[in-house]
Amino acid sequence: MSDFLNIKGLQASIEGNQILKGIDLEINPGEVHAIMGPNGSGKSTLSSVLAGREEYEVEGGEVTFLGNDLLDLSPEDRAREGIFLAFQYPVEIPGVSNINFLKAAINAKRKHQGLDDISAKDFMMMVKEKQALVELKQSLANRSVNESFSGGEKKRNEIFQMAMLEPKLGILDETDSGLDIDALKIVANGVNKLKNKDNAFVVITHYQRLLNYIVPDFVHVLYDGRIVKSGDKSLALELESKGYDWIINEVEPA
Amino acid sequence: MAYTEAELAKELKDKKYEFGFVSNFESDKAPIGLSEDIIRLISAKKNEPEWMLEYRLKAYKVWQEMTEPTWAHIHYPKVDFQDIYYYSAPKTKKKLNSLDELDPELKSMYDKLGISTEEQKRLTGVAVDVVVDSVSVETSFKEKLGELGIIFCSFSEAVQNHPDLVKKYLGSVVPTNDNFYAALNSAVFTDGSFCYIPKGVRCPMELSTYFRINEAQTGQFERTLVVADAGSYVSYLEGCTAPMRDENQLHAAVVELIALDDAEIKYSTVQNWYPGNEEGKGGIYNFVTKRGLCEGRNSKISWTQVETGSAITWKYPSCVLKGDNSVGEFYSVAVTNNYQQADTGTKMLHIGKNTKSTIISKGISAGKSNNSYRGLVKVLPKASNARNFSQCDSLLIGSECGAHTFPYIEAQNKSAKIEHEATTSKIGEDQVFYCLQRGIDEEKAVSLIVNGYAKEVLNKLPMEFAIEAQKLLSISLEGSVG
Repeated sequence: MSDFLNIKGLQASIEGNQILKGIDLEINPGEVHAIMGPNGSGKSTLSSVLAGREEYEVEGGEVTFLGNDLLDLSPEDRAREGIFLAFQYPVEIPGVSNINFLKAAINAKRKHQGLDDISAKDFMMMVKEKQALVELKQSLANRSVNESFSGGEKKRNEIFQMAMLEPKLGILDETDSGLDIDALKIVANGVNKLKNKDNAFVVITHYQRLLNYIVPDFVHVLYDGRIVKSGDKSLALELESKGYDWIINEVEPA
Repeated sequence: MAYTEAELAKELKDKKYEFGFVSNFESDKAPIGLSEDIIRLISAKKNEPEWMLEYRLKAYKVWQEMTEPTWAHIHYPKVDFQDIYYYSAPKTKKKLNSLDELDPELKSMYDKLGISTEEQKRLTGVAVDVVVDSVSVETSFKEKLGELGIIFCSFSEAVQNHPDLVKKYLGSVVPTNDNFYAALNSAVFTDGSFCYIPKGVRCPMELSTYFRINEAQTGQFERTLVVADAGSYVSYLEGCTAPMRDENQLHAAVVELIALDDAEIKYSTVQNWYPGNEEGKGGIYNFVTKRGLCEGRNSKISWTQVETGSAITWKYPSCVLKGDNSVGEFYSVAVTNNYQQADTGTKMLHIGKNTKSTIISKGISAGKSNNSYRGLVKVLPKASNARNFSQCDSLLIGSECGAHTFPYIEAQNKSAKIEHEATTSKIGEDQVFYCLQRGIDEEKAVSLIVNGYAKEVLNKLPMEFAIEAQKLLSISLEGSVG
């Protein structure tokens, strides 16, 4: 059993509708897991539940992260413990500069770790370094959080924030949706550079395309609230050519 | 656990007011109530010349014939004008030679207010005039300003020492019969600040007045008059606090600004009168008339206000753009929480040619409060090429508060260009969750979002004031922010 992230029999609902019907997933440091599946299968719900979104009610199962009961932690403590969610629809916060926002986030995490606030110099050096990593224009870092960013800029900004916060587990919720091929490569490149033996990534996507650039160690197919098939990267290619129906037929014989 | 609107709304109820202390220095009070005798008494206490007394008595007569305005979007029990002390002064035995001779209670009050004048002198270079209850207690930095010919003193002193200037400009922007509260103020005002910047002088420091209501059942009626002569510049700051009391107290000030040719006045207010408790008991009624006259060509008057306090705010800092090419600006952040009510905005009156005005209003409502923007942009027939841009935004926190916008536009000249934009938004759960997911707690998240929202206006404040204002916004919206 993994002592990094361990999900067992996770069930969750929103407004009385059960979406997750028993998810089992084990993730170890150094791994990349792709989660695929048709619309409505529960992919985004899984990321929301892991991040601690309040609208979702956990009805069963357990999740441990680094030995802690994750479901017992507040969303902000989950973040401070090292869970990062790259949002499918990043939120705009007018008037709050990206830089100030990130400084608040980093200092909240440092406080949690018993550290002093980051020095202005260290912070600016870090910004410079990480900006280069995701090829983010300097002007974007100084603008208000996501305000009047293009779709691609917002996604790139998510990866920039992830780079700054150096999470242990990065969850990318359909980060590839709405990206052109160049932006996709930049985002994937950023993730690949952040990858190391101590962290792990969950990549939620509809399309195999992203997985050409972020190569997963495992691919899971989510259908009707359960992981119905797992495999290596070849599974993603198979899905690309054959669609989901053959798996659905396996699960629900006609 | 995570944020919900209901939880946030609940937390917001616990807003703390940190200036609610009462200082126990002795004060010299006139008998309660209002009559001609009281006005004569106030005038006599202040050794006023005959013309000043006549001005007051005339205003009193006018006031008696007027009725309280009811058009604002505010509700409150009628004020009993006979149940208010119209004059109250901290008792001091003799004239002070230095701050050290100050009543220790008074001194400690200043310290609590964070305006230790000595320190302010040295550190910030802000000249401060403090008005407690009815009288101006001290004015620092007078000599240094004097060298430049700048007059900055209490209103009472101005009446004694600069009667010609006072006579010339008092009531020239806000006439006694302008409105009910202005008339009342003209009859009973007890002190305030006076400022005159001579021709071509750029005032080298921020001038500042701190208003404080200390005594129970006391009304504060101060009068501020700022005159910027041709080609001069001044930045003027005003701060306000009051103790926590169960009763409602009345603050009815009048502020008049006059800018002559090429002069500029920047007037900033951070208003933090006691807003009442979470059940809406007590708090200050802030019924204030503020108006600036751009008398000269190319003159400019800019109002910036951060309104976080008062049970009720009724206030419309306005600009009369009489001089050709004159410019009026109004930047406002008004926060209401619990049962606070604010009806605030501005009037821009375009009279001269090529006059320009800008209005940026940011309302923030929480709790069961009501926050209204009320504005008038009026372009007179001769005001060719007048321009106005107005933006009125409202931010709602929770579902029990209200935001209202009443923009009035009257253009009597076809060349006028008037733009109005308005938005209403809620602090979204999505925004807060986004912050939480980055490790930022809810309090800090709300603080970031609110300060971001108000940034356009906060940026207009002088630096040290902007920081205070940011803190105030945080405190006002609960202990959550900050």
